[in-house]
This record gives sequence, C-alpha cells and structure tokens, in this order.
Amino acid sequence: MLQDIKITIIDREGEKHEVDAPTDMNMNIMELVRAYELAPEGTIGICGGMAMCASCQCYVINGDEVELPEMNPDEEAMLSEAFNVKDNSRLGCQLAIEPALAGLIVELAPE
Amino acid sequence: MNFAQKNYIMIQTDIIIIGAGPTGLFAVFEAGLLKLKCHLIDGLPQPGGQLTELYPKKPIFDIPGYPSVGAAELIDNLMEQIKQFQPGFTLNEVAEEIEKLEDGTFIVTTNKGTKHHGKAVAIAGGLGSFEPRKPELENLAFFEERGVEYFVKNPDMFQDKRIVIAGGGDSALDWSIYLADIAKEVHLVHRRNEFRGALDSVEKVQDLKNRGKINLVTPAEVIALQGEERLNSLVIEKEGVQEQIACDYFIPLFGLTPKLGPIANWGLEIEKNAIKVNNALDYQTNIPGIYAIGDVNTYPGKLKLILCGFHEATLMCQSVYNMLNPGKKYVLKYTTVSGINGFDGSRKEAEKAVVKSII
Repeated sequence: MLQDIKITIIDREGEKHEVDAPTDMNMNIMELVRAYELAPEGTIGICGGMAMCASCQCYVINGDEVELPEMNPDEEAMLSEAFNVKDNSRLGCQLAIEPALAGLIVELAPE
Repeated sequence: MNFAQKNYIMIQTDIIIIGAGPTGLFAVFEAGLLKLKCHLIDGLPQPGGQLTELYPKKPIFDIPGYPSVGAAELIDNLMEQIKQFQPGFTLNEVAEEIEKLEDGTFIVTTNKGTKHHGKAVAIAGGLGSFEPRKPELENLAFFEERGVEYFVKNPDMFQDKRIVIAGGGDSALDWSIYLADIAKEVHLVHRRNEFRGALDSVEKVQDLKNRGKINLVTPAEVIALQGEERLNSLVIEKEGVQEQIACDYFIPLFGLTPKLGPIANWGLEIEKNAIKVNNALDYQTNIPGIYAIGDVNTYPGKLKLILCGFHEATLMCQSVYNMLNPGKKYVLKYTTVSGINGFDGSRKEAEKAVVKSII
C-alpha cells in the first residue's frame, strides 16, 4: 500500500485542517473534503465531480511547492464561468490525490 | 388560466411526489403496481432532475442490467416504463408549502399557487430545487424584476428591447440566438473568447455576430448595474477598460445550482442538508405520511446512488399501501407472473406457454 500524504485544507470559515489523504483510493481533493466533512454536504461536489458546477472551487496556496496536474478544457471552461475566481483557482474534483501533491495547501472558495 | 381559476382547481392524487428525477419517476411504477396514482411536481421544465439538467449526455455505469446507459436515455426509458400508470406532472413549479389535513391527507402548494391534494407525500427532491447562480453585483437584488431576469420565460417581453446576456455555456448561446430575432439589440458578454456549447450553437452565434445581429463582448465582465427605478444601463469591463452599455434587460446565465429550498421549512428533521428517514422500515420522515427517498434523504450508511433510490421508492410505496389499507392482506406479486395492468386499460403480460403434445 502506498503511503498517505498530508494535505492542508482551509475551510470556508478560515479554519485550517491538516489531513491524511490516501493516494491509492482514486480520490480527489473534493472527495477528500467530503470524506472529512470539512464543508456541509450539499455545498460541495454537487455535480459529483464532472467539472460542471464549481462547488469545489479552491485556491491553491502553495502551487510552487507541489506538482499540480494540468488543467483540462472542461475545468478551464467551468472556471471561466464560476464566481470568485482567482489566478490560483482550481476545481478540487480535478485534483487527483497523487504523491506529487504531498504538502498541498488549499483554501475552499466561498459557496 | 388565471390565478383565481388555478387556485380553485385542486389536483387530486394518491401520492404527491416532489421531484421528477429517476427516483421519483420509478416510484410511479411501483405505486402503479399497487393501483396507487401519482402526481409529480418539479421546478425544472422537464422530467429527469439532475440527469437531464446537468449531464444528459454522460454515461452511467451502475444501473443494474445496463453496462452503460446515457443519463437522458435512462430518463426516457423510465418515462416509457411508467406511462401506462398515467402520472400527472406539475413542471416549472417549486413545491413551497405543505399542509396536513385532519383526515391525514396533504395539500402541497407550489410557488405559482397550484394545489395538490394527496394521501401521502414522497419527497424525491435530490439535491433540492435548482436555482439560478447569481453573479456578485451590488444592487442585483434591487433590479430583480426591474430589468434583471434569470430565465427567458416569456420571450414577448423582450420584443424590441436592448438586452445584455452574460455567460459562456449553452443557455447563454441559445438565448442569444433566439433573442437576436426578437430584440432590438443583443449583447453577449463572456469572460473568455471561448464558449462551451454545442458546435451548432457556437457557429450560429458566430454567424449572427458577423451579420451584426449580436454584439459579442469578450473577454469581458459585467461589473455594475445602473438605473433609478429600473435597469437602464450597465458597466462592462473589457481588458481593463470600462464601458457603459444602455440596456433594458440583463440576463445572467451562469447555470443552476440546487438548494434544499422551501422543503427545509416543513418541520422535517434535517441533517447534513438532507432529510432524516427511518431506513429500518419505510423511509418515512418524522412527519407520518411524508416520506423522503433518493438523494434527498439520509440515514446511517446512506449512499447517494440511483439504484438505492429505486429500492427506497419501492419500500415507500408498500408503506403507503399498508397505511391506506390497514389490515388488508397483501402478497407481493411478480410482474413476470401477474403482468401489468395500466390505468389506461393497457395490459402487459408474459406470453402464455402452450400445452400441447408433440406427436
């Protein structure tokens, strides 16, 4: 079994949570947030992870310290329509949890 | 139909189903086997819930018996499967109020005043009712109904008007195309030069733009709304430069997002944005006669899967039947054995075997 990595999630209230994230469960950041219940059900991952709702938008705080997957056209298009988008915005559902994400810090965008 | 008339007519049914997604639709089938009539209420203009609204063309791989089925195709199949039980539909209306009468029956009233009278209520509301995603603009609420619209419900009101549409998806494209013929001016504002929509729609907009029927403003964003009594202009920022555009209507089309909505105020026990139900028995809520099935409910071990919704719908129907027919003996019938008798007089049944000797 691969080792868990540490990922820090800053919830919508500004509270920091450093959590263990499995790299062998085919999980993404949106699912990680739901698994640890860091955002109320129904407010994140509404489309189920198809890059179609932006409810899992997050800001990557330390993008220069981790290796992020490239943005696909779906994610790019969704972020172009979403609100509160910043230069460091990503959709959590498109960030698969890989060893390269160890130490990632993300902040959840407002609902 | 005017308002007074609408209030006067009350839709009568056995089970009022709130939400016309896969779970709500399948409940019609199971109810029909027990000779119970259903009427569905949904805020969207078409049945199917999330499947038709969010991802009609995506495949689903975990419907038993279907290695792969398109979301819209599954809904078409469910509609076909239930049609002989003649479900009623109140679409484009959101269930807003519920009243339990002394005899234990219910009246559910929608936001448009349509009343439904039924013996039981099944909430199959999924993630809730879809509401428009609103851009963060100062005074947006003030201008709602005064020039800001989130839907094109009555195209006549846009006749010869100056319209600004914002958004980059199918609905922004489709309504721009549609209104280009009706309105005096159509401005389409989007944050990027690229649009995400059907190829046909993108090409049509390109053509209308070339012919000067649509003024495409990209990459740009609406940043302010202006007007005294109602909207008369707005400010658009394009690559750092601000420009004022005179307009009569602003239609932001940034998609829909589900909210639990009025159901949250019905006195039901809510946990994690979902309705708590008794999963040991029949998916009834804390109010007897009101059930919650599918993604809208929660209980220990809950999984938000369509196939679980089908199961929950089935047990809900049995419970309603037992509630309406106390003490009546009931034996489960298999459709293969008994066939299906539709409310429309139709009958489906297995082909009879022939008993004949072979000589």
